[in-house]
Amino acid sequence: MDSVLQPLRAYQHWLAQYRRVWRGTIGTSLVNPILYVTALGVGLGTIVDQTQNTPGGVPYLDYVAPGLLAAAAMQTATIESSWPVMAAIKWSRVYHAMIATPLTERDAFVGHQLFVTTRVFTSAAAYLVVIAAFGAVSSWWGILVVPVAVLIGTAFSMPMAALAARVEDDRTFVTIFRFLIVPMFLFSGTFFPISQLPLGFELIAYVTPIWHGVELCRMLTLGTVELWAALGHTAYLLAWTLVGFELARRSYRRRLLG
Amino acid sequence: MDENGAMIHARGLVKRFGELIAVDGIDLDVKQGEAFGFLGPNGAGKSSTMRMIGCVSPVTDGTLRILGKDPATEGAQIRARLGVVPQQDTLDFELTVRENVLIYGRYFGLSRRELKPRIDELLEFVQLTERAGDKVEPLSGGMKRRLTIARSLVNDPDLLLLDEPTTGLDPQARHVVWDRLFRLKQQGKTFVVTTHYMDEAEQLCDRLVVMDHGAIVAEGSPWELIQRYSTREVVEIRFEDERPQNGIFEGVAERVEELPDRVLLYSRDGDATAIAVAERGLPPHSTLVRRSTLEDVFLHLTGRTLVD
Repeated sequence: MDSVLQPLRAYQHWLAQYRRVWRGTIGTSLVNPILYVTALGVGLGTIVDQTQNTPGGVPYLDYVAPGLLAAAAMQTATIESSWPVMAAIKWSRVYHAMIATPLTERDAFVGHQLFVTTRVFTSAAAYLVVIAAFGAVSSWWGILVVPVAVLIGTAFSMPMAALAARVEDDRTFVTIFRFLIVPMFLFSGTFFPISQLPLGFELIAYVTPIWHGVELCRMLTLGTVELWAALGHTAYLLAWTLVGFELARRSYRRRLLG
Repeated sequence: MDENGAMIHARGLVKRFGELIAVDGIDLDVKQGEAFGFLGPNGAGKSSTMRMIGCVSPVTDGTLRILGKDPATEGAQIRARLGVVPQQDTLDFELTVRENVLIYGRYFGLSRRELKPRIDELLEFVQLTERAGDKVEPLSGGMKRRLTIARSLVNDPDLLLLDEPTTGLDPQARHVVWDRLFRLKQQGKTFVVTTHYMDEAEQLCDRLVVMDHGAIVAEGSPWELIQRYSTREVVEIRFEDERPQNGIFEGVAERVEELPDRVLLYSRDGDATAIAVAERGLPPHSTLVRRSTLEDVFLHLTGRTLVD
């Protein structure tokens, strides 16, 4: 029973903190998708559609919107598991306050991840509302992109938390964004099919969790779900989540219990 | 509590970090209602010991029982009965004073309903009622410390652990904190304090151990330790520039400690010693006769001063 209740108590801490800033983040969660979808789906999309040769044979807006949603989930999750984790260890030392009580380092970790997941969930829901309003969701399957976004989130936030609990210097995060997250955002099937990449890069794109997330979101909003492919993508994201969970649990243990 | 009534029981307690031995086989027994202190310089192993007692640092070797329980297997149950004031603040600066105590109370599984009157009472106790709705960030160092103390009491702990409770505070703020801790002591709370301030140890502790290099070098009440390891009075002498040659103080005091900035003469009668020094024709820059303190005990035991 405690293994369920205790992480929820740690989670309350993050909610209490979030209550002070949520209005601002809700604004961002709506404005960002509107800007991206307008620029790329509508603006660029109009030009792409004129070529009569769009990827997947669907309007470019419909193609790019689920990719943007998936990529946003990746970014939110990664950011929320980087600086905030380091802060809770080194600066505010909130984790240390938690583990001085009946909460364990595992509760502190799980409670924080519940909050990261909440953030990913609400921003993905907002994103879905925006792309649906733009007419980019052609199937009821589309609703499932919200839980899929949560899974994309955990596939990134767990390994990120594992790393954030190990490193001493927050410049590591900037490096990760510059050399991993931004390239994944641009080249993992968000804007164009990875088959257009040179072979070596195409293989790398297959390995990234985000490509699987993008593919999954896209088949859901377009209503072109292929069961086995969908299960494969889900399993791959789940694997990153579970391995990341275990690594993070060990990092937290090593870091907090000296 | 274990069968002997000890809140803390340690035998041969060791903490190693790789090659470094932070705590080198210490024995301890802290009884209920006792105010117990660890006195020692930075790096003596006090905080490592406190972290083991607080069940957030695994014991490398030896036996440790807190409230009769084993930290290795019953850490969470023990922590539920502890109140911890850590060396570095772990307050949430973004939240209000009241929210800090509330959220912390929730970690113990206390309901909001039981917490409400409890928080009022605790904020009253640490004189922060006026600031209840304010954010923590702009509070002074002393107020933050008092808030941390209020927070540590939220679960009505059986044992309070205070790691350097007044380090970094100005003298006035320290006295306010001491006053609160003294009240807790009067209420019969058992607590353990680490400090490198001898005046703090003298103010708060019924009994203390002096730690150096991970080991306990002496144990007793402040008064006993002074009696055993020092004289009743001390004459502190400072010289203008040239310091007199060796042997010049022979016979004027029971013991002489020469420090870089002053000479300490340990004697039963400080005034008589001061006069004897003057009679030998040594014109000191200043002479101070005072009572022996734990600082002198520490100097005698380790050859070093506590705060350098």
